[in-house]
Amino acid sequence: MPKTPLAFTLNDAETGIFVDDGQNLLEALRRGAGDLSPKYGCGQGTCGACTVLIDGVPHLSCLTLAEAVAGRRMDTTAGLAEGAELHPLQRAFMEGFAAQCGYCTPGMLMAAKALLAANPRPSREEVIEAISGNLCRCTGYEPIVTAILEAAAKLQGRAA
Amino acid sequence: MTEVRSFSTSAEAAGAEGAILGGGTLLMRQVNEAPQTVPRLIRITDPALREIRAEGDGHLIGAGVTMAQVIAHPDLAALAPVARSIGGPALRNMASVGGNLFAPHPYGDFTVALLALEAQVLWSDGRREEIERFLSARDTARGVVTGIWVPRIAPGALRYRKVSRTRPKGVSVMSIAAYLPNGGSAPRIAFGAMGPTPLRAKAAESALQGRGLTEESVTAAGAVCLQGLSPADDALASAWYRSEVAPVHLRRCLMGET
Repeated sequence: MPKTPLAFTLNDAETGIFVDDGQNLLEALRRGAGDLSPKYGCGQGTCGACTVLIDGVPHLSCLTLAEAVAGRRMDTTAGLAEGAELHPLQRAFMEGFAAQCGYCTPGMLMAAKALLAANPRPSREEVIEAISGNLCRCTGYEPIVTAILEAAAKLQGRAA
Repeated sequence: MTEVRSFSTSAEAAGAEGAILGGGTLLMRQVNEAPQTVPRLIRITDPALREIRAEGDGHLIGAGVTMAQVIAHPDLAALAPVARSIGGPALRNMASVGGNLFAPHPYGDFTVALLALEAQVLWSDGRREEIERFLSARDTARGVVTGIWVPRIAPGALRYRKVSRTRPKGVSVMSIAAYLPNGGSAPRIAFGAMGPTPLRAKAAESALQGRGLTEESVTAAGAVCLQGLSPADDALASAWYRSEVAPVHLRRCLMGET
């Protein structure tokens, strides 16, 4: 089957890959671009483990046609840290034991990143709403919500 | 994938074997699970499909408008709670109004509200079709839906309730929309996940006709609300359970109870 060239920006890097007809963005990122941070959970849009930001907006990469992101900007968890310096969200997750098995974590982080970009001081309810499309089967929601609020406070402190 | 820039040429591009890709939340599932069952994907990038604009005493909403766009639009505030009940935030950035029209059971909550509103479905050949008629034939319909028209909704005139088993998000056991224009003299009620498509509960509407929302009228509506519905068993609920709880949830929807 013929492959289609596809160019986009992935975490600040200009990226070019070839995709199959009908291939989803999650596969394109993992197999094509070698970014293993978004996870394959359900393939149905139920779990949120594959959440990435397209032009800053959360999308489910498993339900996004890869060819539809030509020329657009992707952000994934692989681009959160700056060198050895973890992003405040990652640090808050680590320090608050908000990752148990860790499979949902990249999706949670991207949902949280989009939330804090739009709403730097969210309430607990707003955090719960923001991650309502991300399932954690270790049932660890409380530390995740707390970690996102901690990171918001840290980022606010940094901005002040 | 075939990309077309104007919906006026999409019908030819689709031919007999094309499937229009909207937000992808239903069609890409099928691509992931059983790609051999999916015909050629047609992606329409016409910006007209992403527009919301006033027309007559209401609004035209393009088929490609997402649930997130509905939530953000000040003129569609009455529909925001409906759009917000669908999926999580990421899914709402993708899922489209046009796709929702074709969503199989138990999905399609937005269309339940559109049915209560007696929205019109716009086709690329210029036809406008009453949504109830559209739904009755949608599985064999051919063509491209470009948008819907909804009437202007007075504050408080649209009541909506989605019943699911998990919080904060879950798939519908049922969803109910009640549109009460002109003070509720001629109510319209639609149920979702109570049949193969969203369905009107016309006997319940008749029971409320001209009576307002009183204890007696709402009880009378609940007693007949299953007429015309055909709930099915699925993993979320049995047909029996759905039938038993429908009058309770209709009451809560109409009376604004939680």
